[in-house]
Amino acid sequence: MEFNGIREIASALHTKEISVQELHDIYHQRQYSKADELNCLINITPELAKQQIQSSQALIDSNQANILTGIPIVHKDLFCTKDHHTTCGSRMLENFVSPYDATIVDNLNKAGMVTMAKANMDEFAMGSSNENSYFGAVKNPWDVTRVPGGSSGGSAVVVASGLSPIATGSDTGGSIRQPAALCGVTGIKPSYGRASRYGMVAFASSLDQAGVFARSAEDCSIVLSKMCSYDAKDSTSAQVKQEDFSKNLNQSIKGLKVGIVSEWMDSLPEDIRNTTTQAIQKLQDLGAELIEVELPTAHLAVSAYYVIAPAECSSNLSRFDGVRYGYQCENPVDLNDLYVRSRTEGFGDEVKRRIMVGTWALSAGFYDAYYLKAQKIRRLIAQDFSKAFENVDVIAAPVSPETAFEFNAKKDPVSMYQEDIYTIPSSLAGLPCMSIPIGLVNELPVGLQLIGHNLQESIILNVAHQFQQITDFHKQVAEGYYE
Amino acid sequence: MLINRKEVEQIAVLAKLRVSESKIDAITSSLDSVVDMINHINEIETDNVKPMANPMDAVQRLRADEVNEISHKEQLLAMASHADDDYFLVPTVVE
Repeated sequence: MEFNGIREIASALHTKEISVQELHDIYHQRQYSKADELNCLINITPELAKQQIQSSQALIDSNQANILTGIPIVHKDLFCTKDHHTTCGSRMLENFVSPYDATIVDNLNKAGMVTMAKANMDEFAMGSSNENSYFGAVKNPWDVTRVPGGSSGGSAVVVASGLSPIATGSDTGGSIRQPAALCGVTGIKPSYGRASRYGMVAFASSLDQAGVFARSAEDCSIVLSKMCSYDAKDSTSAQVKQEDFSKNLNQSIKGLKVGIVSEWMDSLPEDIRNTTTQAIQKLQDLGAELIEVELPTAHLAVSAYYVIAPAECSSNLSRFDGVRYGYQCENPVDLNDLYVRSRTEGFGDEVKRRIMVGTWALSAGFYDAYYLKAQKIRRLIAQDFSKAFENVDVIAAPVSPETAFEFNAKKDPVSMYQEDIYTIPSSLAGLPCMSIPIGLVNELPVGLQLIGHNLQESIILNVAHQFQQITDFHKQVAEGYYE
Repeated sequence: MLINRKEVEQIAVLAKLRVSESKIDAITSSLDSVVDMINHINEIETDNVKPMANPMDAVQRLRADEVNEISHKEQLLAMASHADDDYFLVPTVVE
């Protein structure tokens, strides 16, 4: 039994064609048969689901249900789920039990969604391939010898392989869009501040943002609308009204101005460029007007990001001292030994590398030259986007310079960091952005990035939905899954 | 080299991390390549640009200092490897 999106599942639940338990059993069965070979889940949470299945069924039976009541969801394992493990893909938090729910988890629980499992991820959300998880690499269902992207690789794979219709993710420099592209699913990161960061394990506080993976833009819009809220518990939460992001889905995009960054298009390998150009052509077929835009500082985005994100990471991760929670080393000889060995043994190599880069950038004598300088570059990049959005409504761009690559293909960190050249600029500017599937190159998925101006989620979702009305790329699945 | 072995050892001390003898050369080399990449930010002049700490240029909001939820003290202390009564336990600092 396969459903075409949340609306169809909700309809089947509301008409009693299927019960929440029966629906859950379908996905549960798939998780048990496929999750191990893909290594996309860290924990399956049947006790949590059991309670939510009962309460959501009760809401349906008493006609108090909304469209999300009873719909299964998998959370990236950096969102706290009360009384359940939240590992963040790290040995450091292997045994950590969340004392409260993240606000976005709470919002989706209140909407009646059923939490089935916690998804694997790069440790502390640092990585572009999911090879950095303490719990092992996640495999891409399109080719299990290849990476799913990162850091929300587990979440992308869960949706790509039909183990849940919806998964949450987080995006700091591309961690939703890049795995969405590499796994052939739709993924959105809203504007910075839209979704509360309360209960989301912090990596880089001025960049981290929660988002959604689904098979379609419509499903993303429905979940995102319930997930986002102003939250007094997050001092960076945007004080804006909760919005129905699906309100503009069915509008025509005729006359909409779509910005194209030629420099980015020219830098793509030929086969990905052709696929991307054809997708942009489809937007033109829908009546959109293509306009060239320039982002003159964007080429410095990766360099600036690798000052700002590690600096914030080194500060945030200083809380892991082995004393209050998290991993503690055996038999420390003194307090310093306890700190040093707990951190050295508890963190993986990439996390330690970023802590060290951040510590270096913030150390005496370097602060102005690196941290402040990078923040200045960040402003110039944000200004580039603001200028571009004076002339266009949305920017259509590549997501990744390549399709899913093989495990261990990127030996040095810098080549891995370059994976995010097209996703980092919009992250630094805090803009809403998403990736939608636009076809296959050598039987591997390619994504198109849609970037909107600040708080304009509904415009990019409108463009994505209209694209998905005339194409079937978002319905393509890897062979052997969704069965 | 933009960053040397001695500097890496010093950074590790500041970050409360230990770098083993067998890994120090590899770590130094990888950090050196990252710093090399980072240095591109110096390609342009930014003297009159205001640093951007928050993409919305939001300032830190303060809240009223009000009691608004029950204490989770016991639950939070239970997460520590070693706690006793109201305290987290660490190796002896002062004899």
